[in-house]
Amino acid sequence: MNPKSRLQALLEAGEFVVCGEMNPPLGADPEAVTRLSRHFAGFVDSVNLTDNASAIVRMSSAAASALLVQLGLEPIMQLTCRDRNRLAQQSEILGAAALGVRNLLCLTGDHQSLGNHPQARNVFDLDAVQLVHMVRRMRDEGKFQCGEEIKAPPQLFIGAAANPFADPFEFRVVRLANKIAAGAEFIQTQSVFDVPRFTRWMELVRDRGLDKRVHIIAGVMPVRSWKALDFMKKNVAGMSIPEELIARMKGAAEPKEEGVRLCVETIQQLRAVPGVRGVHIMPVNWEAIMPRVVEEARLLPRPTPPAPSEEAESGGP
Amino acid sequence: MIIGEQKPLPEILDMVQGYVHILVAGCEACVAVCLVGGAKEVAVIAAALRLAAKEKGRELQVEEASLVRQCEWEYVESLKEQVERADAVLSTACGVGVQTMARKYAKPVLPAINTTFLGMPEQPGFWTENCGACGDCVLDETGGVCPIVRCAKSMLNGPCGGSQGGKCEVNPDTECGWQLIYDRLTQLGQTHLLTRVMEPKDWSKERSGGPRRLIRKDIYTP
Repeated sequence: MNPKSRLQALLEAGEFVVCGEMNPPLGADPEAVTRLSRHFAGFVDSVNLTDNASAIVRMSSAAASALLVQLGLEPIMQLTCRDRNRLAQQSEILGAAALGVRNLLCLTGDHQSLGNHPQARNVFDLDAVQLVHMVRRMRDEGKFQCGEEIKAPPQLFIGAAANPFADPFEFRVVRLANKIAAGAEFIQTQSVFDVPRFTRWMELVRDRGLDKRVHIIAGVMPVRSWKALDFMKKNVAGMSIPEELIARMKGAAEPKEEGVRLCVETIQQLRAVPGVRGVHIMPVNWEAIMPRVVEEARLLPRPTPPAPSEEAESGGP
Repeated sequence: MIIGEQKPLPEILDMVQGYVHILVAGCEACVAVCLVGGAKEVAVIAAALRLAAKEKGRELQVEEASLVRQCEWEYVESLKEQVERADAVLSTACGVGVQTMARKYAKPVLPAINTTFLGMPEQPGFWTENCGACGDCVLDETGGVCPIVRCAKSMLNGPCGGSQGGKCEVNPDTECGWQLIYDRLTQLGQTHLLTRVMEPKDWSKERSGGPRRLIRKDIYTP
């Protein structure tokens, strides 16, 4: 079994990568994963599987990731700190790695008060930075968080998130550096609507040379209506949505078409930002649009990763 | 100090149903300062109990008392006669006071308030939680702002991506604890503290480790 993920191999080969994102189903039907996967197969390099995103219960990220492996797609399993303590996180990681998962995105997690079980108790034993470090030690040192030995360490490409639109703005780059120091190898960002602010953030990232130490994949989200943008602007913390985009969507004769155009334009603008190594497309219940977005952004065909060489066995960028 | 909030009156009335002689016992420490459980509040609750009983034509005798501290044996002991006369004690102390009283006397002790948090006053009538009693203080590293309770996710390496405009994703009225930490360390010229990763916390020192006990060997003789 090749321990290196396709995502890692492509990034190391200097390819501009394309990730998609899929919410696992709200039920136990594996066919639901199969149906959704058709919108991604051949159009993206890897697919994120969210972990009870927005604190709404879904099929587990690990199970959905394993189903995707069976379907021949490459998952990026998301793992949050909200619902699991360090024991549960480590067992989840070992299980997922055993089932063929090779990419892990370490997240803090949305607070449960925002989801559909607001009376739940949260965990937050570790935070995302500590989770990254724990996974890095599990892989590289073969040690559990407690220091005991792992018989067969999990082979994972380790990712973390960054949000250039959250505050304090200047500190966002410091926190990114902390995540890299903890062991993050790739970064996926919050959806970019405010390209100027993202560009300013990337300048700070490059000033510190962080783009050379981690693969930065910029997030984008195709939207179907101005209401979706307006809702996020008003209700989702940590997003920056310029008024002119809402006005543009509002004025469009065919909002869905405009949404695709907007997303494609954003991808092209992000691709031109030095240090951006790929895009992460989050269709949020509009998975069917994935093929068009990727095609119109001229990101097809997706490349084949280079054959693994001897030296390619080691992890890390 | 310990902050509390009075339970809704119907809940209190429900609790005391069936008793004919109630002692309402207050505490002049934290709960008096946060205006929920001192002599004044005891008098108000006692009056409400009497009124409710009268309206329903029920017999109810209500006595009032308030202790210097309801969490200390000597003060709790001083109530002996009044407690023994009563069927039940309705305590306006924090959960510790209620339990001290309950441990001392073989009488039902009922909580009139919900003990909410360890906090400080922000404005008259407005308190915020500031200490999680986690048993392993890190305030020296975070500019005197507690990341355990002032961050909704208890992050030691925050802030999360939901911090915007200084506010927390959980509630736009709540300040982001990590924004406060950032501002404070900037003010103190200690931003270098933000550039390192804080290790996973030892939660065994918090209540995750089971009920906590503290023994001072220099004082305690078994």
